[in-house]
Amino acid sequence: MSVKLTALLKSPWVFHLSTGSCNNCDIEILDCLTPRFDIERFGMLLAGSIRHADVLLVTGSANRKSMERVKRLYEQVPKPCLVVAIGECALSRGMFINSYNCPVPVDKIIPVDVYIPGCPPRPEAIIAGIVKLIGKVKAQAQ
Amino acid sequence: MPRTIVPIGPYHPLQEEPEFFSLTVEGEKVVAIDVHVGYNHRGIEKLSEAKTFDQSTFVVERICGICSTSHPFAFCQAVEDVGGVEVPERAKYIRTIIGEGERIHSHLLWLGLAGHFLGYNTVFMWAWKLREEILDVMEILSGNRNNYGMFRPGGVRRDIKPEDIPVVLKKIDSIVPTLDMLRKAVMDDPVLQARTKGIGILSKEEALQYSAVGPTARASGVARDVRKDSPYAAYDQVAWDMIVTQNGDVFDKLVIRVLEMYESVKILKHCLTRLPPGEIDAKLKIIPPGEGIGTHEAPRGETFHYVRSDGTNRPVRHKVRAPTFMNLPTYKSTIVGETLSDATIILAAIDPCYCCTERLAVRNTQGTKLFNGEDLVRLSQEKTERLRKDMGA
Amino acid sequence: MTREDVLKDFKGKFAGDILEFTDKSPQRVYVEIKPGSIKKAALFLFKDLGARFNIATGLDARRHLEILYHFTLEDINLLLSLRVKLPKPFKTSSPAATGGGPMDSPPTTGGNDGFVPEIDSLAPLFEAANWVEREIHELLGINFRGHPDMRKLLLSDDWPEGVYPLRRDYKEWDPKAIRDRGV
Repeated sequence: MSVKLTALLKSPWVFHLSTGSCNNCDIEILDCLTPRFDIERFGMLLAGSIRHADVLLVTGSANRKSMERVKRLYEQVPKPCLVVAIGECALSRGMFINSYNCPVPVDKIIPVDVYIPGCPPRPEAIIAGIVKLIGKVKAQAQ
Repeated sequence: MPRTIVPIGPYHPLQEEPEFFSLTVEGEKVVAIDVHVGYNHRGIEKLSEAKTFDQSTFVVERICGICSTSHPFAFCQAVEDVGGVEVPERAKYIRTIIGEGERIHSHLLWLGLAGHFLGYNTVFMWAWKLREEILDVMEILSGNRNNYGMFRPGGVRRDIKPEDIPVVLKKIDSIVPTLDMLRKAVMDDPVLQARTKGIGILSKEEALQYSAVGPTARASGVARDVRKDSPYAAYDQVAWDMIVTQNGDVFDKLVIRVLEMYESVKILKHCLTRLPPGEIDAKLKIIPPGEGIGTHEAPRGETFHYVRSDGTNRPVRHKVRAPTFMNLPTYKSTIVGETLSDATIILAAIDPCYCCTERLAVRNTQGTKLFNGEDLVRLSQEKTERLRKDMGA
Repeated sequence: MTREDVLKDFKGKFAGDILEFTDKSPQRVYVEIKPGSIKKAALFLFKDLGARFNIATGLDARRHLEILYHFTLEDINLLLSLRVKLPKPFKTSSPAATGGGPMDSPPTTGGNDGFVPEIDSLAPLFEAANWVEREIHELLGINFRGHPDMRKLLLSDDWPEGVYPLRRDYKEWDPKAIRDRGV
């Protein structure tokens, strides 16, 4: 299973999922595609559908309305799939921890492999996080 | 004709914010739309009641990432309005600088997304590459690319160093030629004009009924802009023009945003070169009991904050109204009667800051034909290709 | 018309409905009117004066629920807010008297014993009021008579009925919510 994952991570297709965020992290993720940071040269592409995803990038603080959909979407992803939580809101809900509409953090709904802190994390931090993820998977495969 | 429901939402690969649009179509024509929001509702108004005024300034910055400065701008003005506090001149200029820098980056972001929906991926890449220059400018001025943290009730938190100003001015001058290139590429292109002219029209009467704000209203001939109607900060110290057009279609909304960027560059340069010396903070200690209202013209329209205080250091009530809240219902008028391939560009034309789409699923009421999420964007891009071939361009 | 003319005209037309008139600053005026006259006052401002309906703020002051309707008159640079107060019924018993407290009693409905005041809806007059009133209804629990489409706008479908987050007596009703960071 880890061999399959290591092979997939040669050029991972990322799918981006926002569970109720302010959009800053989402824009920084899109910034990674643009000419200055350009993750496409590493083979990373933004997948059109969740069924083509190898890596799931999750942002946002798990709104009540989006909790069900996140769970369903995660079940649709063909495993193995890695989940990356980006931004403070996806880590622990940040400043929205007492909000009546954000009951639980994202990692209580779906399992998370890598956490990238920041509000929002810079594109360099996101790329560094994904590199750490790839390194972690490779280390596990050995 | 059988009616089909086309749900659009809530997670799309290129859209940032989740939302859910349910379009009912007959054949290719849209006959009804229902908008479901609430996927981003985080209860910020309730959170504000438990935080101090200073802390609330940071919470409201994270209401929206794109127009993140407009909320602290309006909030700080609301708090100052409670007791009638006057902000020092230098702080007013710095606030204007940050506000206009954000406007340029927000309009460039929208231009990129609109380009992508219409099939001009190069416009998307160029606009976002240009946006990086503006984010560099904001980083030099405030220390961060996005959530600047520059505002505080009574003034601004950080000063602009005099040695930064020539560097920033040089960077701003360097983006103007690229802006010219983008403007020509976008406004003079016949295929793009054919795609966006006459599409998604919002009449002046409807704009007034819906109380639309921002470029959405100005495209329909409603000449309203908070910076001109009730000037605040340094907007009355600079000579700049309000851009208004009359047709109310998608092309007009595009033109307004492109031309507003030039006005913002003008205001930015004026404020940076004529920054007055002095204090940056009125050193507000006590907010008296009372109520205050603050407004600001965000890139999408008027942001409105209402604050009620009872003399303690926490607000009793803090009401936030983002501009898109008034603009979203206008879809009932703009998208009904249009074709499916124009749906994405009409939905994007108001620049929803509660943006949208996830997967577009076209479901037939008889059967269950599920298309992939990207299909509506692809339909839009294919229409552009067809038009391009027809026009021989 | 100048600002003074407009305000005099308004005061004259609605003399019987105005309860309090506060001229706070050149750009801010707050007028308290009777709840029954909101429709005609709003129609006057929207149609005759050409004002823009900005937003409506609902809030829970301790003894009453309050709605502020904000109208902007751009030509004279004035933001006029109409205030209506909907008094709450007098509570005869308090939790302390009955011996219960927040830990003992089961989660209450956040609605002051189910009190839901009513007021006329402005949605038939102008479209802008449609979403605004839906939001106040679900967050504060005020019923708008005559609203064409009173569905939930922001809250999820599994949100319990009768629990209004913006009320002062709102309590956490979800036993599965996690409110500490676990460190």
